[in-house]
Amino acid sequence: MTKTRYLVSIGLEVHVQLKTESKMFCACPVQFGEPPNSLTCPVCLGLPGSLPVLNRGAIEKTIQAGMMLGCETPPLVKWDRKNYFYPDMPKNYQISQFDLPLCLGGGVPLYELAYPKDAQKDIAHPGKVVTLTRIHLEEDVAKSTHHESFSTIDFNRAGTPLMEIVSEPEIETPEEAVAYLNSLRQILVYGGLSDADMEKGQMRCDVNVSVRPDGQTELGSKIELKNLNSVSGVRRALAYEIERQIEAVENGEKLIQSTRRWDDDLGETFLMRTKEEAHDYRYFPDPDLLPVQTEDMVAKMRSTVPELPHEKRARFVEAYGVSDYDASVLASEQALADYYEKAANGAKDTKKVANWVINNLLSALNDASLTIQDCPVAPEKLRDLINLVESGQVNNNQAKEVFTLLFESPDKSPAAIAKERGFEPADDSEVEGFCDQVIADNPDKVAEIQAGNDKLINWLTGQVMKASKGKANPKAVGDILKAKIGG
Amino acid sequence: MDPCKLTISQLRTAYKAGELTPKDAVQSLAAAIEAKDGDLGGYLSHDLDSALAEAETADPSLPLGGVPIAIKDLINVKGQPCSCASKILAGKYTSPYDATVITRLREAGAIPFGRTNMDEFAMGSSNENSGIQPAKNPWDPTRIPGGSSGGSALVVAADTAIAALGSDTGGSIRQPASHCGCVGLKPTYGRVSRYGLVAFASSLDQIGPITKTVKDSALLLRAIAGHDRFDSTSVNQEVPNYLSGLTGDVKGLKIGLPKEYFAEGLDAGVRQAVEKAIAQLEAAGAETVEISLPHTEYALAVYYIIAPAEASANLARFDGVRYGHRAENPTDLLDHYRRSREEGFGDEVKRRIILGTYVLSSGYHDAYYVQAQKVRTRIREDFTEAFKKVDVIASPVCPTPAFKIGDRSDDPLQMYLADIYTLAANLSGVCGISVPCGLVNTEGTPLPVGLQLLGKAFGEGDILRAAHAYEQAVNWRDLIY
Repeated sequence: MTKTRYLVSIGLEVHVQLKTESKMFCACPVQFGEPPNSLTCPVCLGLPGSLPVLNRGAIEKTIQAGMMLGCETPPLVKWDRKNYFYPDMPKNYQISQFDLPLCLGGGVPLYELAYPKDAQKDIAHPGKVVTLTRIHLEEDVAKSTHHESFSTIDFNRAGTPLMEIVSEPEIETPEEAVAYLNSLRQILVYGGLSDADMEKGQMRCDVNVSVRPDGQTELGSKIELKNLNSVSGVRRALAYEIERQIEAVENGEKLIQSTRRWDDDLGETFLMRTKEEAHDYRYFPDPDLLPVQTEDMVAKMRSTVPELPHEKRARFVEAYGVSDYDASVLASEQALADYYEKAANGAKDTKKVANWVINNLLSALNDASLTIQDCPVAPEKLRDLINLVESGQVNNNQAKEVFTLLFESPDKSPAAIAKERGFEPADDSEVEGFCDQVIADNPDKVAEIQAGNDKLINWLTGQVMKASKGKANPKAVGDILKAKIGG
Repeated sequence: MDPCKLTISQLRTAYKAGELTPKDAVQSLAAAIEAKDGDLGGYLSHDLDSALAEAETADPSLPLGGVPIAIKDLINVKGQPCSCASKILAGKYTSPYDATVITRLREAGAIPFGRTNMDEFAMGSSNENSGIQPAKNPWDPTRIPGGSSGGSALVVAADTAIAALGSDTGGSIRQPASHCGCVGLKPTYGRVSRYGLVAFASSLDQIGPITKTVKDSALLLRAIAGHDRFDSTSVNQEVPNYLSGLTGDVKGLKIGLPKEYFAEGLDAGVRQAVEKAIAQLEAAGAETVEISLPHTEYALAVYYIIAPAEASANLARFDGVRYGHRAENPTDLLDHYRRSREEGFGDEVKRRIILGTYVLSSGYHDAYYVQAQKVRTRIREDFTEAFKKVDVIASPVCPTPAFKIGDRSDDPLQMYLADIYTLAANLSGVCGISVPCGLVNTEGTPLPVGLQLLGKAFGEGDILRAAHAYEQAVNWRDLIY
């Protein structure tokens, strides 16, 4: 019996807190870690008589996010009231956008490095772009904490500008969902729009997933998953849910549209409500807010859209001659990319700079638990060090030692450290002497080289290096040997 | 001299002449409230100590310096209760902030003094829906003072206030002013900030003055009007000096008479009083012309879809979680919400929340809410067309004089008809004023009725000028029909 193949359709609704000075509808600051309910006012507490006023900066940032994701911003947008009762929602309606959102269409390109590490070797659709339905801007709710016999609410978070980014159900695997989230996050961080940290609740996501037998065009019943608090949680929840749904279908069960809750500890999903119990949000335009014409803001934001990660990656390959992989790593983070570009500026070998940044610098930072933003070594100094190697002032091993010292004493110059350590290139005549000696000691190898086996030059070079106790510049030694043997 | 009987301008003159002090005014009002308000029920609370403290430092040189103003109990005054005449808030809520109109009153030197009775959350036309206490008409205590700003109108009429602020969502300033014999003005939507006004229907609500004279209305409006960055629907347009327009001259003023407003259902006495007032304006040099507002018949239905829809969301916040009435020992969250609201809200409020929730519900939303918005646009266009031809529109305020308490409380629809001439102004956003135009003998009692003058958007100057000219030309208390 042949086993039925199932097609999986996953759509994501991602909420992202915008990094703005003040809240969406009042002047209260957006900050974390302040005492509960200290960042509040009549507006974000929803007190009787208070009125919302739109935060223009939040609208502009959302338009910018849309531009980075290739969305269109309609000329007229408006805000609506979404009605539901919950203690974390002080007005018992949320000001959101219903039928005229800020951004329509666009897409999220799935970056290779954004897939889970174990899935990067086997990407089914390289270069896939997941289409977006829309992005709208709303207010965040307060934070509830449930204790044994009571609950507490902190309204500091209430009213934080929140983008909801909705994708089409084009994602086919849990791994693509992970890549989607990571790629999206990378782009939003690039734009300085949000820190989009899922663990910190700055980025939250609900997923909907359905399965259907291969060949069926109509999507299966949409099942929404809630309480996904980490990227890895999204992957595990989807993997579990897909398996559960397929098993159910195979057992002849009919799946119905519903919402399920992911329990991260148990690794299972549980039914919360079915379609019949779904909310009727009774959207209507918020009469406290006027519709907004976006034309001027769109024009303003167009000039602020930064280079996107994949554009930067392509430029790095083109301009610096680095490999696709190295370019991906370097472009994965704006700060890292900026560091690399500063270090590559004026470098003799930009590919070597990439190697140094990716291998030596990143692992040193990792060991010291530092981020690239806190990197003690200025990019110019790293470039100077690499240039010392290129000009034969120090060799590779010496350079690594200089780098370690530079990491500890970043105020010093690489040249000064090399000098302190006594790393000076060997005297030319001395090196020449070593070369003559090695040629004399190895007549058989020399004969082979003369017969055409060029590779043995490297072996001879190694002997000279040994004789010079590593001080000679291997490239220069090679040149001298070639000249002597060839001549 | 009894300060309570004075108008704002008279009181200010007395201050300047050194005949009275703001402290005298506050104390006299407190005594008058003590003596008379127990029967009339105009005030829900007042804070004599804080008013006296403010009177001590009042600066009579300011436009409203040292003038006590009564405030409808749904406008936030810092440190004062704000119950909206509802059990869900009464005794359980103190405002932590000043509404913008209060800030402006204070800047003009006024002293907010006393919280006036009203229909619960401004829902009603008779003040019978007050969740706290009944309110009575000073002309005949067996009758309603009108609503929803019934308290504000009756305290001005009973001389237990110099002037008051009310709010008007469908006629809630003009109608009680008409029933009590005061001047009530509903400004153009966006003329006065709504920040700090507890919302009933956000797209219709406006705060406005209820006063003894048109001049006082102009004074008070000038103090509270103007753009406010805390209210996105307030309009950034200069506030004219309305007082300088009160010349008593209406020569060449074009007055439109909407035929739909003089049709059946209008009390004969009211018709007579209003027609006589219009004739008076004509005699003073105004021109009258019949006009049509063809969508008038739909206004009531449109209003009772849009207002409850907005109210159903606006009143959702009263849930007992953070403030206000909270049910005891709820079994769960739903039970908490259900009982807190069931116990806290009165019948009319519940009726409108249910109505509003219904018209916004999936499946009904387009047939009711969306359709009502379309008709609202037509009503607005009616007024735009009319104001191309005329400067002001004259009509009755209310089809009848004040009715007896209890007469209509079993028939919501009959009650809603009390606002038939006033609510189109809210739907279209234009301004309107009610100015007393005589007394109609009703079952042996002379009861005041008002003339309504509607003006185009931001045409407060026109209606104040016309109302003032009329007021100066007659002594309305002598006009008995």
